[in-house]
Amino acid sequence: MLEVWSLPFMQRALLAGLVMALLAGYYGPFVVQRGLSFLGSGLAHAAFGGVALGLLLGLEPLWVAVPFTAAVALGITWVRERTHIRGDTAVGIFFAFSMALGIVFLSLKREYTAEAFTYLFGSILAVAPADLWASLALLALTALTLPLWGRWAYATFDRELAAADRVPVVLDDYLLAFLVALVVVVAMKLVGLLLVAAFLVIPAAAARQWARTFLGMVVGAVLVGTFSVFAGLLISYGYDLPSGATVVLLQAFVFTAAALVFRRAS
Amino acid sequence: MNAAPQKGSPAVEVEHLTVRFGDHLALEDVNLTVPAGAFVAIVGPNGAGKSTLLKVLLGLVPPSSGRVRILGRPTDGVDPRRIGYVPQFKTLDRTFPALAEELVASGLRRAWPGRLTPAERARVRAALERVGAGQLIGRPVGRFSGGELQRVYLARAFVRRPQLVMLDEPATGIDVLGEADMYRLLEDYQRETGATLLMITHDWEAAYHHATHVIVLNRRLIGFGPPERALSERCLREAFGHVGHAHGFAMVLEGERRA
Ligand SMILES: Nc1ncnc2c1ncn2[C@@H]1O[C@H](COP(=O)(O)OP(=O)(O)O)[C@@H](O)[C@H]1O
Ligand SMILES: [Mg+2]
Repeated sequence: MLEVWSLPFMQRALLAGLVMALLAGYYGPFVVQRGLSFLGSGLAHAAFGGVALGLLLGLEPLWVAVPFTAAVALGITWVRERTHIRGDTAVGIFFAFSMALGIVFLSLKREYTAEAFTYLFGSILAVAPADLWASLALLALTALTLPLWGRWAYATFDRELAAADRVPVVLDDYLLAFLVALVVVVAMKLVGLLLVAAFLVIPAAAARQWARTFLGMVVGAVLVGTFSVFAGLLISYGYDLPSGATVVLLQAFVFTAAALVFRRAS
Repeated sequence: MNAAPQKGSPAVEVEHLTVRFGDHLALEDVNLTVPAGAFVAIVGPNGAGKSTLLKVLLGLVPPSSGRVRILGRPTDGVDPRRIGYVPQFKTLDRTFPALAEELVASGLRRAWPGRLTPAERARVRAALERVGAGQLIGRPVGRFSGGELQRVYLARAFVRRPQLVMLDEPATGIDVLGEADMYRLLEDYQRETGATLLMITHDWEAAYHHATHVIVLNRRLIGFGPPERALSERCLREAFGHVGHAHGFAMVLEGERRA
């Protein structure tokens, strides 16, 4: 089995997958505990709109999708802050809007756009060096935010207490939404639009079931993500299954097992 | 920024404070000055603007007009470590994985802790022990009863040794600490530190017995002063409307005064 990892494309897939597991494990607990689980799939659809625009303009799709998705993430946050519309409704509106834009953009291109489909289903086994660099850059950017972890977690626990202690909660909402948007765009290229949200949500939700602390939830989410990527790539290679989907199935398996083992006390 | 205590200044000064939410008037032209070291009870019907008043003092809600100073400074010029806040427990997110020691430590750090240093843990333990909750230190807050939460939140507020403590209905709604216990904890802390306490409560009788000052609020300031003056039948009737309770309470106090 080990010779699998001597294949260069498997090495790249593993590296990309582990970076994703780290990023999703770090941001996922914020997304889950802030009740923004829906945001991941919403932003993935937005990213698809950006990809379609890039294809239409003949530009590298990723470089259009990144600012496009970031703008949608900030727009969703703005609607949440400034109106009485609930977060899930804001996400739903932007989600449908950008997906519709994407469909219109693709139809304008009037050519067969097979490339668009790689974004729907992802292609972790065909990771381009540029995608790998993008995910490593995002990991480096995320490392710079480590000093903010304590105040983000504080505001996630209780926004009002954090605000009373002068945490800039609104600024942090925008910052987190922006960073999650970047994670979603990068992850979409790897696992596909349809499964991106799973990466952000399932490992964190699985870890929540045994974690007693928020830090423990982050560590648990990273571990679940890492295990799923590692085992998922092996299984998908061995049985010739789609790799992104296999990884997500393993995440769901861990989640279910945890739900059965760690019943809620009381 | 110089954060040294402003000696001699009142704990809270409110001048012509008005707060509007859209076209809803939550507070209207409120004026009051709370001397340092006071124990103030804030009473008023639901929706009277009691929580809004605390939130203005905490810097969470901006005044629509008027001026507010706490500990001798404008709200945004005060070091938040000098302020303790006990929110209403109904805001607690029980799905968030948190241990009592982390909740209390967040009061020290003004951030959520990953790992506590030994020095932090010692202070957290001492704070929990002084409210009789030392045994809760390593337990998850999501499963605490109202009384347990009340103690842990008090420890969270006290751990930073604040000079001004604000409590939003710390004794309402859930099975709570023996009320006598809670007032003893508050009064002990106050005796030790000379801090000023501001507490929203629905219990007029407790306010009468424990507070040095009472604020009777119903959008406007209806009464402010020593309990026997502020909790007069006239003020309570004006604030609460229903004559029966106010009259009944006045009779109770009248009886106590004679006895
Ligand atoms: N953020 C807000 N936005 C709009 N209205 C608010 C807000 N906060 C409070 N209110 C309204 O202001 C009034 C006073 O509320 P509050 O201060 O919570 O009353 P109390 O604590 O005395 O019950 C209520 O009518 C309430 O609905
Ligand atoms: Mg209130």
